Amino acid sequence: MLELVTISALNGVLYGMLLFLMASGLTLIFSMMGVLNFAHASFYMLGAFFGFQISQMLGFWPAFVVAPVLVGGIGALVERYGLRQVHRYGPVAELLFTFGLAFVIVEIVQMVWGKGPADYRVPASLDFSAFTVFATNYPAYKVFELLTAVAIFAVLLVVLTRTRIGLIVQASLTHADMVAMLGHNVPRVFMLMFGVGTGLAAVAGVIAGPALVTQSNMAAALGPILFVVVVVGGLGSLAGAFVASLLIGLVQTFVVSVNLSVADVLSRVGVAAPAGGILLDVWNVTVAQIAPIIPYLLLVAILIFRPTGLMGTHAR
Amino acid sequence: MTSSRFITALCAAAAAVAAIFAPPAVAEDTVKIAYIDPLSGGGANIGEVGLKTFQYLADSTNAHGGVLGRKLEIVPYDNKLNAQETLVQVQKAIDSGVRFITQGNGSAFAAAIEDFVNKYNERNPGKEVLYFNYAAVDPVLTNDKCSYWHFRWDANSDIKMIALTNYMKTRPSIKKVYLINQDYSFGQSVRAQARKMLGAKRPDIEIVGDEVHPLLKVTDFSPYVAKIKASGADSVITGNWGQDFALLLKAAADAGLQVDWYTYYAGGAGGPTAVKQANLPDRVFEIAEGVPNDPYEPAREFEKAFRAKVGISNFYPRAVNQMRMFVRAAEEAKSLEPVKVAAKLHGMNVTVLNGGDGFMRADDHQFFQPMYIAKLGPLGKDQPFEEENTGWGWKTQGRIDTKDTIVSTSCKMNQPS
Repeated sequence: MLELVTISALNGVLYGMLLFLMASGLTLIFSMMGVLNFAHASFYMLGAFFGFQISQMLGFWPAFVVAPVLVGGIGALVERYGLRQVHRYGPVAELLFTFGLAFVIVEIVQMVWGKGPADYRVPASLDFSAFTVFATNYPAYKVFELLTAVAIFAVLLVVLTRTRIGLIVQASLTHADMVAMLGHNVPRVFMLMFGVGTGLAAVAGVIAGPALVTQSNMAAALGPILFVVVVVGGLGSLAGAFVASLLIGLVQTFVVSVNLSVADVLSRVGVAAPAGGILLDVWNVTVAQIAPIIPYLLLVAILIFRPTGLMGTHAR
Repeated sequence: MTSSRFITALCAAAAAVAAIFAPPAVAEDTVKIAYIDPLSGGGANIGEVGLKTFQYLADSTNAHGGVLGRKLEIVPYDNKLNAQETLVQVQKAIDSGVRFITQGNGSAFAAAIEDFVNKYNERNPGKEVLYFNYAAVDPVLTNDKCSYWHFRWDANSDIKMIALTNYMKTRPSIKKVYLINQDYSFGQSVRAQARKMLGAKRPDIEIVGDEVHPLLKVTDFSPYVAKIKASGADSVITGNWGQDFALLLKAAADAGLQVDWYTYYAGGAGGPTAVKQANLPDRVFEIAEGVPNDPYEPAREFEKAFRAKVGISNFYPRAVNQMRMFVRAAEEAKSLEPVKVAAKLHGMNVTVLNGGDGFMRADDHQFFQPMYIAKLGPLGKDQPFEEENTGWGWKTQGRIDTKDTIVSTSCKMNQPS
C-alpha cells in the first residue's frame, strides 16, 4: 500500500509538472491578450516532433535546446504576422484564429511525419534507473523530466518577479497603455511572451515525447486537460496554474488506484444492489474507471462554486 | 450564321463539361471495397496498417487479372473511431456504389455496421451490401447479433481466450493473474471470459486485479502499472491493441515491471518496439492465426514478398484469407452480385495462408482456422523474420488445430430465400 502511494505520488507530481510547463505559457498568454490559445497544445506537439527530428540528426541534447527555440520562434512569428493582424477584429476572431491554427498544425504534422507514432526514444545517457523505491525502479529519465520542469518554474518565477524584463511584462499585462507611454515597445513584449510561452510548451513536448507517445493526436489528447488546469487555477494566474497542475496530476494518478464503487459503499450501509439493467452497471463502476472524467468534474465544480478559479483575481 | 456558330460553341462547351463530370472509364469497371477504419486519431496507426495490407492484396489480385476480369479497388473511409461517424461513412460508401465493406478495428463499430447492413439489405432488396469483418472479435457479432450479411475472418475473442488459457494451464509458474482491458464491448468480453475460463481450468490461480481503462485515451499508463506491481501479479492478460498496448508496455518498462504478458495484439504497430524497450525477451505471448517464422513455405514466401513491397510485417494473415476467399467466391458464382458471393462464402472450405484447413461456418459466418501461440524474443536459426527492426521475432509455442477451436453459437440466422 505504501509502495503504491509513494509511486503514485511521484508519478502524479511528474505529470503535474509536465502540465505546468504547458499551462504556464497558456495562462501567461491569456493574461496578456485575453485570448485562450487553442493551438497551445499543438506547439507542444510540434516540440515533440522537432525534438524527435533533431535528435535523429544531432542527438538528444542539441534537440533539447534547439527544438524549443525553433518552436518559440514559430510562435513569435505566429503572434507577429497572425494574431496581431487578427487582433483588431476582436477576441472572437483571435480565438477562431488559434482554433484554426490547431487544425493546420495537426495536418502539417500528419503530412510530414505521418499518422503513426514516431520512434522517439529516451536517450541512452538517461536510460537507466535512478533509484529504487520498494523494488520499483524509478527511471532516470523521469527524474530528468521532473528536474527540468522545476528548474523552468524557478527561472520563470525569478525572471517575472526579480528582473526588469519581468517588471515590464507584469506592467504590460495590466497597464499596457502606460507602459507604452513610458517608451517600451509593448507589441514586442507580447511577441516575446508568446514566443516564450510556446517555447515552454515545446520544452514539455521534447521531454514528454520519449516518455509518452509522439504522434499526431498528442495535442488533441492533452489540449482539453490543459484548459481544465488553467481554469481551475484561475485564468491568468501563474501560481494558480502551478497548484492546479499538481492537483490534477495527483488526482488523475491516485483515482486510478481506487477500486471503490457505489456498490461497495452502499453494501456497507446495507443497501442491496439492483437486480439488473442499467442501474447495475452504474452500481459496479469503480472510481478507477471514471478516472479520466474526474478532472472535468472538478472543472464544473470550480466554475459553479468559484468561477475565478483557485487563485484567479477576477472573472472574465 | 452567328446563331449556328453559337450553337456549335455551346455544344463544344457542353461536351467539355460532360467530359469533366463523367466518371473515368476505369473507375466504373473496378470492384470497390470500402475500407472503413480509423485513419486519424489514436487508432490511425493501426488503421493505416490494415489499409496498406488490403491495398497490397488488391494490387496482387489485380496483377493476376483481378476478379472476373475487373480490377479491385480499396476505397478508404475514416470512421474516427466513432460509431456515428462509422455509419455516416458506410452510407457515403454505399451512395458511391460500393457493395462490399470491410472493417475491423473496434467491435462497437462493427456492431453498428452489422446492424446497419442488416436493415439496409432488408429495405433494399436487389441492392444488398456485404460486410467483411477482418478483426472485430466480440463474440456477440456471430452469436446473439449474428447476420447473414456479416462474415468474420478473425477468430472471435472466446476462441482466442480458450487457446490462451489452454496454454496458461500448462504453466505451473502462473499463480497470480492481473487483467487489464479497454473499456468497451470487446475488453469487457475478454475480462469476463478470462475469469470464467481460468476459473474452470486453473482454479488455483488467483485473479489479483481486474481493470478496464478508456479506449485509446490514456497517454500515461504508469498509474496502472504501479497498481499491477502492487498487486504482486506474475502474469497479465490483456486484449489491448494499438497505442493502448504499446504505451502500457512502455510504462511497464519504465517501472521495471517483470511479468509475463498474455496478449491478443502484442504484434500490432508499436507493440514489438515497446516489448523490446521493456526488455522482456520470451515473456510476451500472442495468440494469432499465423506466425511468420513458422516453417510453412507458402506463408513465408508471402511474408517475404509482403515485407519487400509494404515495408511492414503482415499482421493480418486473416485479411489474406478474406480476400482470397472473396475472389474465389466471386469466380465460383461467376458474378459480383453480393447475394451470389455470399451464397458461395456461406460454408466455404479453404486451405488458409498459414497452412491447414479453414472453413466459414454456415451457422454463424464465423471462420475457423488453426491458431498459434507465439512468443516474442531473440531469433534462432531458420527464423528469418524480425519485427519492427528490433532483432526480435515471433516464435511458435503451440498450434491449435481447427477442430479444437470450434465453439458453439447461439446464432439463429435469417437466410434470404
